[in-house]
Amino acid sequence: MKASTPMRRLALAVPTAAALAMSTVAQAADTIKVGILHSLSGTMAISETTLKDTMLMLIEEQNKKGGLLGKKLEPVVVDPASNWPLFAEKTRELISQDGVSAIFGCWTSVSRKSVLPVVEELKVPLFYPVQYEGEESSKYVFYTGAAPNQQAIPAVDYLMARGVKRWVLAGTDYVYPRTTNKILEAYLKAKGVAAGDIMINYTPFGHSDWQSIVSDIKKFGNTGRKAAVVSTINGDANVPFYKELGNQGISAEDIPVVAFSVGEEELSGIDTKPLVGHLAAWNYFMSVDVETNDAFIESWHGFIGDEERVSNDPMEAHYIGFNMWVKAVEAAGTADPEAVVDSMIGVTAPNLSGGVSAMMPNHHITKPVLIGEIQDDGQFQIVYSTPGLVPGDAWSDFLPGSKDLIADWRAPLSCGNYNVKTAKCSGQNY
Amino acid sequence: MKFLSVLLLCLSLLPAHAARVETGDERLDGIFEALMGSDFAAKEDAISALAATGHAQRFEWIEGILDGRLRLLKKQKRLVWAEQQGSRYVATDALSGEMLGEFKKRKLKKIAINNAMRRGIRGILATRDLDSEDPAARLSSIQAMLANPSPGQAQLVEPRLASEADPEVRSAMQLVLALGKLGAQARKERLQAVIDVSASLEPAVRQQLQKMTDSDPDAGVRAAAARSLEKIEERVRLFGHLETLFFGLSLGSVLVLAAIGLAITFGVMGVINMAHGELIMLGAYTTYLMQLLLPEHTGLSLLLSIPAAFIVSGLVGIAIERGVIRFLYGRPLETLLATFGISLILQQLVRTLISPQNVPVSNPEFMSGFWQVNSVLSLTYNRLYIILFCLLVFAGLFLILKRTRLGLQVRAVSQNRSMARAMGVHSARVDALTFGLGSGIAGVAGVALSQLTNVGPNLGQAYIVDSFMVVVFGGVGNLWGTLIGGIGLGVANKFMEPWAGAVMAKILILVLVILFIQKRPRGLFPQKGRAAEG
Repeated sequence: MKASTPMRRLALAVPTAAALAMSTVAQAADTIKVGILHSLSGTMAISETTLKDTMLMLIEEQNKKGGLLGKKLEPVVVDPASNWPLFAEKTRELISQDGVSAIFGCWTSVSRKSVLPVVEELKVPLFYPVQYEGEESSKYVFYTGAAPNQQAIPAVDYLMARGVKRWVLAGTDYVYPRTTNKILEAYLKAKGVAAGDIMINYTPFGHSDWQSIVSDIKKFGNTGRKAAVVSTINGDANVPFYKELGNQGISAEDIPVVAFSVGEEELSGIDTKPLVGHLAAWNYFMSVDVETNDAFIESWHGFIGDEERVSNDPMEAHYIGFNMWVKAVEAAGTADPEAVVDSMIGVTAPNLSGGVSAMMPNHHITKPVLIGEIQDDGQFQIVYSTPGLVPGDAWSDFLPGSKDLIADWRAPLSCGNYNVKTAKCSGQNY
Repeated sequence: MKFLSVLLLCLSLLPAHAARVETGDERLDGIFEALMGSDFAAKEDAISALAATGHAQRFEWIEGILDGRLRLLKKQKRLVWAEQQGSRYVATDALSGEMLGEFKKRKLKKIAINNAMRRGIRGILATRDLDSEDPAARLSSIQAMLANPSPGQAQLVEPRLASEADPEVRSAMQLVLALGKLGAQARKERLQAVIDVSASLEPAVRQQLQKMTDSDPDAGVRAAAARSLEKIEERVRLFGHLETLFFGLSLGSVLVLAAIGLAITFGVMGVINMAHGELIMLGAYTTYLMQLLLPEHTGLSLLLSIPAAFIVSGLVGIAIERGVIRFLYGRPLETLLATFGISLILQQLVRTLISPQNVPVSNPEFMSGFWQVNSVLSLTYNRLYIILFCLLVFAGLFLILKRTRLGLQVRAVSQNRSMARAMGVHSARVDALTFGLGSGIAGVAGVALSQLTNVGPNLGQAYIVDSFMVVVFGGVGNLWGTLIGGIGLGVANKFMEPWAGAVMAKILILVLVILFIQKRPRGLFPQKGRAAEG
């Protein structure tokens, strides 16, 4: 029985916890510190502030339940201000000065890459909650968002099964769209799609004049064979993009757009009537009809004091990540970062779509993939979900440089990029 | 353990119990039960089955499914029409028309549909509309057939052609028939059809001709198809260029609108105003607030926003000039830093007072949709209005500067301050008013931009660089330069975009402007005379 060891540890921990809880106020100073590293100002504040609030809520709830190992959790919030080098500095500050046991944070890939060397050096785990391009596995990073095979590939499969023959890969010009589109292009070609049936287009951040691109998409889709747009367009550039689609009379029935960066939060600012039927692929939608989700939304509304606020996929990722960390700390019997990192693999925690996610040896988690159609109330109606959970793949099988690589942080391999052909670990940690 | 949890998950993802409907007709009950379920393939079939029932209300119901008005009253198991009234819904029985009262949204179950079902429904409705009284409905029905050609269409259309009175519908019908004949058995018929369709720009025609060019069994037909196709392609290319030109004009007019206020404050007064973008942003927020005040009248609130934004941004501009800039005349570097500071303050103010998130600004009815010139060229209304609006603002500003007393004084002060003062012009007052005018125009530009792009605290930053670029390129101090420069840059950008990509086109334009400024430091239309020296 595998469960016996952690169970015994837990059994030992419970009386200790009770004893601690009963002891005097002097114990209050003895807390477990949790770092929250999300931008509260600058361009990313729009998305990241919500995640900071989510973490504060999760920590508050855990403290109401008696904390962890008998200690209270203490959130330490810093503001890296959407400034990538500042992310690294703030991480160092969180670990060296505040002595946090774990960090929950980052949104953009570039901020994660900036934090990576610091957590590697100081050996404190980072929980990263956003869907990303993959091609990475660090011993000290736990990727609770989707890898490309947990979002992009199932979405393409869904459309392909519905007769889509021509593909527009449209994205904002930075690392996540470029890598995702590279993977998708290789995947589509492997499925027999001709190069002439793939159109790739990149636009700058915050692009607002979509006339020519939408007109090109219209022409591309006018050949009698069904076309679809796979969109990795990021942030608020989506609003004028969808507006232009509506204005040029392209409906979701003609050319559906499946987006990987458009969720409830992004839709909450716009009139979604012209967007009805366009798709998004995520691992969670607010409209998921299960009890754990209802309870989560209720406590979120209670915490934030606004019934209109939506929940979204990265929030769920933090929910899963935080609960996994709590379990790992309980299993390890200590909040010591190194010990927790070692006990993370195999930990399970309920997700908000009714299942249970598990942390895998490559530091990614198992998640269901859901595809939803945008509704006129800004919510998604789920039209497809994978029959089971999809394990996240750190190294894509569709890129020449990475298809032979695997990540497995269990002994004896303990490597983030092990080449199965040459039987070598590149030695690089990430 | 793991398998068990996966199994549990699978079970939990199984469709929830489909809701029962009791209409009294067993066949309808079955159809609606399928529709209330979550198996989309079964639902598609159910829609076709519903259309085939022949029930008198079937098309109404199908339309109701499409627009979400047909719902199930869960407890009573009745099919109802739901009309939203405030936060509640008024339900009437869909079969008997009996009023059932008001219900909460949660008591009513909507029929969930996906894209495939929407397409199926539109197909069914198009077939129904073939016999509609309204020629516009008949036309859109025929056009739907052209967009999604299917083999049975010609048989549906042929008997109706003789009785069709509307010429536009007639010609569309003839095209459907010709399209059908392109696949005819007889060589002669095909040859005739190839010639008949050569005036059409419909994508379906081009697709069919392309197919025939590649694979028609007869060499003569192949050649004829190729000739027709070439003729059509040539026209398509022409319209493609026209479309690009239109895109360029519309991008150009956005640039002009954003820059024209700056052409006054920077061009005429020589103030490097880094807060110009934020004055645009204030105009956009004024539109938003106006819509909050008049939520029911989007069109009216947009029109009222124009003067309101002018006043708001204008007053803020005057405050900036009186409070900060007037102490810094002749010190461009300090003006730059001070106005940059002001821009940050204004942004933060909006973040704190309204929201750090973007705010929704809706488009009025007349701004959405497009004008279909033909099947390859359509011009979107919002862009058409923006071009028109840009020209109006330009003309208005031009008249103010050339024909009014204020304009005369502005020009006098900008050309020779001491002489103007000697002639009795109150130069400080003129400075304030000029700055207010430029700022007010920036606010008006904000109203236009709110219809095209996101309204958020960062709106201004996206346009400040472009604005300076246009003013400098056009020639500082020259309104015509701003107009021609802005439109020129917009058109150049759009013609470059197809082959260079959006990112590269923007970079190329910047490089070109820099090179141009190297050659002609004073821009396209340099100011002449004494003012140019100072």
